[in-house]
Amino acid sequence: MARLEGKVTVITGATGGIGSAAARLFADEGARVALVDLDEAALREVVSSIGEDKASYTVADVTQPEQTQAYVNEAVERWGGIDILLANAGIEGVLSLITDYPIDVFDRVMAVNVRGVWLGIKYAVPAMRERSGGSIVITSSTAGIGGSPEMSAYNTSKHAVIGLMRTAALEFAPDGIRVNTVNPAPIETRMMRSIEEMRVDAMDDSKVTVDVIKQAAAERLPLQRYGEPEEVANLMLFLSSDDSSFCTGGVYMVDGGRSAGSR
Amino acid sequence: MRLEGKVAIITGGANGMGAEECRIFAREGAKVVIADVMEEEGRQVEAEIAESGGDAVFMKLDVTSESNWEEALEATLARYGKLDILVNNAGISGTHHPDTMSVEAWDTFMDINAKGVFLGMKTVIPQMQGAGGGSIVNISSISGIVGQNVIHMGYNASKGAVRIVTKSAAVQYAEDGIRVNSVHPGAMPPMRSSSAARDPDMRSNMVNLGVPMRRIGRVEEVGYAVLFLASDEASYITGAELVVDGGFTAM
Repeated sequence: MARLEGKVTVITGATGGIGSAAARLFADEGARVALVDLDEAALREVVSSIGEDKASYTVADVTQPEQTQAYVNEAVERWGGIDILLANAGIEGVLSLITDYPIDVFDRVMAVNVRGVWLGIKYAVPAMRERSGGSIVITSSTAGIGGSPEMSAYNTSKHAVIGLMRTAALEFAPDGIRVNTVNPAPIETRMMRSIEEMRVDAMDDSKVTVDVIKQAAAERLPLQRYGEPEEVANLMLFLSSDDSSFCTGGVYMVDGGRSAGSR
Repeated sequence: MRLEGKVAIITGGANGMGAEECRIFAREGAKVVIADVMEEEGRQVEAEIAESGGDAVFMKLDVTSESNWEEALEATLARYGKLDILVNNAGISGTHHPDTMSVEAWDTFMDINAKGVFLGMKTVIPQMQGAGGGSIVNISSISGIVGQNVIHMGYNASKGAVRIVTKSAAVQYAEDGIRVNSVHPGAMPPMRSSSAARDPDMRSNMVNLGVPMRRIGRVEEVGYAVLFLASDEASYITGAELVVDGGFTAM
């Protein structure tokens, strides 16, 4: 039996690697998915790969309250309510020491990765209350539990959503709404490509390529490889389904063993 | 089915959470070894699973005995030909002993709850290395993460040990394709060995004071977490803690 039969899921950052993998997996498991992102052409592509009978989209900037209210309203109008929110949209910012970090980039990262998640919860929870419960899964990171040099904005934002998650879990437990984070290590996505390319640029050494950077990062992980977006989506599925009905307020790592210790 | 063709040993499988894990695993296509010291209850779980069309067998196992472990692994391989999953679920409750400063109780907690998990991993890891991988799920507790009133601190110590040896094993055997994770149940239905079973007030206090979801958990809610970690769906998850506590540790 499908594990999300009849559940309506809003997914932000739905055109990225993890978001689109989750959209496909959730639809396969019987969910209706309402996808949110900035790029309309990319959204159309994900929707058509799933089918309009199961997927819809809203173009929205998650940092804007009106647009957040709009994607919530559209999901409710199209599919009749909201059961699950994957607050997954996020940006990486730039690589720089704090002393040199551009202030506008810091503000933008915090706006998307923290304010965007807070707004998503703020506007989705009333719809979940209408259904007498729900599940919110926030995409944090291994950067949410340890330091990440030269990525201060990203790191701060991923720590922040863990606090936000815990508070939301406590605030909405009486409503039957569960709130958790998933915390991936490097996953094969556009964001990781972007970070690797920035590292290559910063090294200014022709021997250092994206592959070299990537291999070095993978070798530090106990499982010695990057994860696949589908492997994160599997954890999101567990936390969204009724299989996890007693799980709330938790930080769930999907990191190839990175946070367990060093090799 | 999510565990089609897998072979699993589940310790403490004769009752409570362990029995539920056996039922869920069998339903999801696994062949299950119900390993426990409690033979009568274990045989009942075995019969129940057979009745519903599953494949399970009871084996007597005292998790503190190295030779028992070796025998159980041998018997598992003889019957099913391989081993994919070990669930180290056997343990005794933190309210097992009324004297919270009993030295004897400390030793018992560490023997069964901590050393039992170590011996299980010691026994199956070489087999899993040879087979190219496997998944081990160790049942710790929220008591392995936070301190608590009322219970013996040896219980906290034993569950804290389970939490950290899980990470040691995950790091040490990742390159063999062996994933090792811990599950941390919160307030759950009392086992018979627990004094809380005899003291309903204590349990209701625990729930009212501590659990944001305002109820104790159900054994299947732990079972599904174990199922997820044991299955290939968790292929990038190792050394992780999966908390199932209704929000207790979020406060």
